[in-house]
Amino acid sequence: MKARLKFQKYGAMKFIGHLDVMRYFQKAFRRAGYDSEYSKGFNPHQIMSFAAPLGVGLTSDAEYVDIGLITCESPETMVKNINGVLSDGFYVTGFHILSEPEENEKKTTAMSLVSSADYLVSLKDGYSLDGIVSKESFQDLFNNFYGKQDIIIRKKTKKNDMDVNIRPMITMVSFDEMSYNKGLRDCLADISKPIYNEQYHFIESDSKAEVYENDIKVYMQLDTGSASNLKPELVMEAFCNENGIFFNPYAWQIHRLEIYTRDEMSGKLISLDRLDK
Amino acid sequence: MRKLALSDEILLSVEKPARYIGGEINMWVKDPKAVDIRFCMCFPDVYEIGMSHLGIQILYDILNRREDTYCERVYSPWVDLDRLMREKDIPLFALESQDPIKEFDFLGITLQYEMCYTNILQVLELSKIPIYAKDRTEDDPIVIGGGPCSYNPEPIADFFDLFYIGEGEAAYNELLDIYKECKSAGKSKRQYLEQVAQIDGIYVPAFYDVEYNDDGTIKRFLKNYENAPDRVKKQVEMKLSEAYYPTRPLVPFIKTTQDRVVLEIQRGCIRGCRFCQAGMIYRPTRERDVEYLKKCAFEMLSSTGHEEISLSSLSSSDYSKLQELVYFLIDEFGSKGVNISLPSLRIDAFSLDVMSKVQDIRKSSLTFAPEAGSQRLRDVINKGLTEEAILGGATEAFQSGWNRVKLYFMMGLPTETEEDIEGIAVLSDKIAREYYEIPKDQRQGKVSVVVSTSFFVPKPFTPFQWCRMDTPDEYIHKQKLLRSKINEQLNRRSIKYNWHGAEISELEGVLARGDRRLSKVIYDAYRLGCIYDSWSEHFDYDKWVKVFDENGISIEFYNCRERDENEVFPWDIIDAGVSKSFLIREYHRAKKGVVTPNCRMLCYNCGAKKFGGGVCVEIQEAANEG
Repeated sequence: MKARLKFQKYGAMKFIGHLDVMRYFQKAFRRAGYDSEYSKGFNPHQIMSFAAPLGVGLTSDAEYVDIGLITCESPETMVKNINGVLSDGFYVTGFHILSEPEENEKKTTAMSLVSSADYLVSLKDGYSLDGIVSKESFQDLFNNFYGKQDIIIRKKTKKNDMDVNIRPMITMVSFDEMSYNKGLRDCLADISKPIYNEQYHFIESDSKAEVYENDIKVYMQLDTGSASNLKPELVMEAFCNENGIFFNPYAWQIHRLEIYTRDEMSGKLISLDRLDK
Repeated sequence: MRKLALSDEILLSVEKPARYIGGEINMWVKDPKAVDIRFCMCFPDVYEIGMSHLGIQILYDILNRREDTYCERVYSPWVDLDRLMREKDIPLFALESQDPIKEFDFLGITLQYEMCYTNILQVLELSKIPIYAKDRTEDDPIVIGGGPCSYNPEPIADFFDLFYIGEGEAAYNELLDIYKECKSAGKSKRQYLEQVAQIDGIYVPAFYDVEYNDDGTIKRFLKNYENAPDRVKKQVEMKLSEAYYPTRPLVPFIKTTQDRVVLEIQRGCIRGCRFCQAGMIYRPTRERDVEYLKKCAFEMLSSTGHEEISLSSLSSSDYSKLQELVYFLIDEFGSKGVNISLPSLRIDAFSLDVMSKVQDIRKSSLTFAPEAGSQRLRDVINKGLTEEAILGGATEAFQSGWNRVKLYFMMGLPTETEEDIEGIAVLSDKIAREYYEIPKDQRQGKVSVVVSTSFFVPKPFTPFQWCRMDTPDEYIHKQKLLRSKINEQLNRRSIKYNWHGAEISELEGVLARGDRRLSKVIYDAYRLGCIYDSWSEHFDYDKWVKVFDENGISIEFYNCRERDENEVFPWDIIDAGVSKSFLIREYHRAKKGVVTPNCRMLCYNCGAKKFGGGVCVEIQEAANEG
C-alpha cells in the first residue's frame, strides 16, 4: 500500500541534503520495523518519492514523502513509532494511506502533483541590510517591489542567459502570521477535515521556523514544481538588487510552510496532506 | 535545540556540513557537567573515513557505558573548514557537545596508518593544544595514542603524553579509574602518568631517553623515571568470544566508506603471512561465539536500519562457524532486502554459493590476493595461495557466471626478481585463458582482469622488519617492467593494470620503521603545509623531501638498508607478544623459501601462547584429546 508521510525538518538537520534525507528515511522505516516495498531486480531499493527536494540550509514544517509499505499499522501508531526512531530535527506530523489508483488511471507521484509552496523568509540576527533599519521600512520596500507589474531577472541556463518575469510566479505576500493565514483562506480549496480516521492521522505541531529578534521577515507563496518553479532565494536576490542592497545569501533563513497542488476545476490550492492520491 | 560550534554561514560555505554537526542516530547524549571525565576520541582523517572505523565505535561504547564519563568524537576538518577555522580563530570542537576539545580531560587519537601523522598535528593545533607534549600544561587534555601504528610510536612519540598498546577493551577502565582518583586527590599530570605507566600496555615516551650509535642506529633506551617498565607489554582482550560488542553503532547522515553494519567475527589471523603486521600484532587468533554474533546481527540491523551487513576479520574463511553464520544471515535477513557482504573470503565452492545468493553475479567481481606473481615468491612471503587454487577458483567462478576478476599484488617484496614480476603478467593471462576454455555459448561476454600492485612497505613486528625497501626509482622501473610484460600477453586486452604511487609508499616506509628523530621532520612538514598525506591530491612529496634535507635526515638510512639482526629497533620497547627470535626464524625461512604452516596446523612458538587463550589453547586442547 502507498502512504504519505508529512514531517518537519529543522535545527541542525537543515544541513542534511535531500539525498541524505532520503537515505535517512529508508533506514528510519527499517528501524521502526516496517517492511517497505522494494523495486525489482538485483539492486532493490525502497520505493520512495519526495514531493519537492528542500535545499541545504532550509528548514520546513511541511515535507512530504510517499512510500510503498508491505507492513503497516494504524496511522496513529505509525506516527508514534516513526517519531520514536528519528533524531532531533526530524518530526513526523502526519501519516495517511493513499488510495490505490483505479485501473486505467495514471499513477501519480507526490512530486508530479506539486504546483505551489509557502515560505517564510527571515533575516537572521547578526546580519543587517544597508539602508533598512526597521521592519517597517523593509515592509514598505517589499510592498513596492511586490506591487510592480513585472519583475524581470536574468536566469542563467545551460546555453545562455534569459530574461524571466518572476512576478506572476509570486502569488501571495504578507508580513505577519495573521494576514498570511487570512490570505490562505482566499486561495485554499474548501476541503472538510478527513473523514476516514483509519486512513489519516495528523498532529498539531508548532511551527519550527526560527524566530529572530529583528523581526524582518516576509511570507510568500511561490510557484513550485515542474511546470513553473521559483526559488525564494531568487526573490530575495531580485528584491535586494532592486533596492540597491547587497544580497548576502547567508543572511536569510528560508523556511517552508506548506506544499500544495492546484485543483484543476477551481484553481484553488490543496495542501498535499489533504489529498488522497 | 542543540547548539552548534560553527555558524550557519560557515557550515553552508563548506563541503558536506553534516561532517561537523553530530546528532547522528545512536549518538550518546549526556550532560557534560554531570560527568567526571570528558574524553574525546579522534580519528585523524576526514569524517567519512573516521566514522567507518570499528575500533572507535567499540571504545566509544565502552567509555560511554561508564556513568562518570562522556566520550565524544572529533575528526580532521576537511581542508576547506581547516582554512576557515584558522582564519576566524575557531577552536576545534567535539561533535556531541560541540564544546572545544581543549576543555576535555583526554584526547584519544587512533593511529591506523602512518600517512595520518600530519593530521594529528592539525587536530592538536586547531584544538589549541601545544603540539609537543613537553609544552603542555595541567590545563591541557592528556593526549593518548593507540591502534596499529602505536606498535612503533617513536616517530610521533614527542606529540603524545602516553600510548595505549593493545586492545582497548582490556585496560581503558583502569586508565580512567586512576584518572578520577588522581583528579580528586589533586595530583599532577606527571603523577598520573607515573601511576598509569605501571599498567601493562601503557607507554609514556617521556620516561625514556634514546641513545644513538655513531652510525645512526639506536644504542639503547634509557629510563629517566626508574619505575617505568623495561618493556611495555601489549594488552589483549582474551575473552573475546563473549566480549561486549556495541549493538547500537552510530548511523551517519552522509554516506561513509562503511555504510553498513560491521560484525567482527574474530580477531587475529592464523595464516602468518610474513609481510602482514596485523597478522602478527593481533595474535593470538580469537573467535567470537556464533550464537552471540547472530544476536548482535539482529540487534544491530534493527538499531541502525542499515541495509547491509559485512563480516569483519583478517581472514573470514578461517572462522570455524562461517557457514553456519552466513547461511543464518541469508535465511534471516536476505528476504528483507538486507545485503550481505563478505570481504577477505577464500574463493571456493562455499563462497561462490554464498556470493551467487547475495550478489548480482553480473555486477560483482571476484577478488584474489596472490600478493606475488610466482610460487617461489609466494612461499617467501608465506602466502598459502597456490596457482592451482587461484585457477581452480577462477574456473569455478567463470562457470557460475562471473566474468570479472580483481587481482592484488605487491611489488618490491624481499628476494624479488624480474621473473617474479613477469609472473604477475603470466598469472593474469592464465586466468583470462581459463575463461576462454569455457564453451562460447556458456560465456557471458568478455573477461575482465584488473591487476593492482602496491609497493611493499616493511613493517615493525613482521619477519620482514629487517628488510631493505626499494627506492621509488626501483619501484617505477618494476612497474614499467610489469606494464611491458602485460603487453606481451595473449589476453593483454582483457587485462587492466592499476598501480599505487611509489613516493607515498617511500614515506610510509620511513614513518613505519622510524625513530624519535622523525618527530621534528613531521613537525616541519606540517609547518610547510603538509596535511592529508594519504590523499594523493594533497600529498606533496617535494615538501617532505625538503624537510628531510633541512633536518639532515636521510630517507635511505631508514628504507634502503638491510638491518643487522642485532640492531636495537625503536619499537623494541614494545612487547607485542610475538618474540624477536620467532621473527628472525621466520625471516630465515623466508629467505630459504620455506613455508610455515598456519596456527591451527602446527604451533611454531611465536610467543603469543603466553596470553593463554585463542587458537594457541584450542590446538593444545585438540592435541590432548587426540
